[in-house]
Amino acid sequence: MDFNKTTEGSFQLIGGEFTNAGEASIELKRKLTDLGLAQDIIKRAAVVAFEAEMNVIIHAAAGWLRYYITPDRLKLVITDMGPGIKDIDMAMKEGYSTAPDWIKEMGWGAGMGLPNINKNSDRMKIDSVVGEGTTVEIIINLNKEE
Amino acid sequence: MKLGDLAGKLSLKILSYKEDLESEVSGGYVSDMLSDVLANSRAGDIWITFQTHTNIVAVANLKNLAGVILVNNRQPDEETLRKAATEKVTLMTTHMSTFETAGRIYQLMEEKD
Repeated sequence: MDFNKTTEGSFQLIGGEFTNAGEASIELKRKLTDLGLAQDIIKRAAVVAFEAEMNVIIHAAAGWLRYYITPDRLKLVITDMGPGIKDIDMAMKEGYSTAPDWIKEMGWGAGMGLPNINKNSDRMKIDSVVGEGTTVEIIINLNKEE
Repeated sequence: MKLGDLAGKLSLKILSYKEDLESEVSGGYVSDMLSDVLANSRAGDIWITFQTHTNIVAVANLKNLAGVILVNNRQPDEETLRKAATEKVTLMTTHMSTFETAGRIYQLMEEKD
């Protein structure tokens, strides 16, 4: 990797597009593999990206998954035009979900999405405005010493 | 245990990506909740589930799972099959229930050790 450069890119996400859900995350995983990042980092990033991608597909009309890779960190920013999160503390609780029943029948909506993102990231920040949308910013450190 | 040996011993029907049968199955995970699989399965696990929609392929790919077994003779959607071929994920079906499938695989793995 060029140590002075930021590698970045983005994927558009469409709400309700369950058939292709995960494609952005699979593409990101490929990219990180090509860049030669450590397996442990790729594993964590894959879970973070997919859960974030699913949140947009389940709850929002549309959104973006953007990534920025520098020598010391991987940053993912997921922005959506969606309903927003009324109570972020509740949303972070394992088992709390606002997903409808048919989503639960697909095996989503267990209330594990945001907690899974949190567990696999070094830093996580949520900004949300009800009726407008949500931005989730995640940082995964690439150097263990940090 | 190799994926192909496991499929043979349990008479699983292999639906996609037969090229992967030499790969090693290191463990197993049973769940129909996709976030649970994302959180708790490990690379090399064989995943036993009731779900048949396309998202199972993405989960298996992103978690580097050895393959997916659909129980109770459930058949994947056509789109799921197509994606499994594209993403190189081995999908298999069995007439057995989740309980029986998991039990027999567990037993096979114990014998191996």
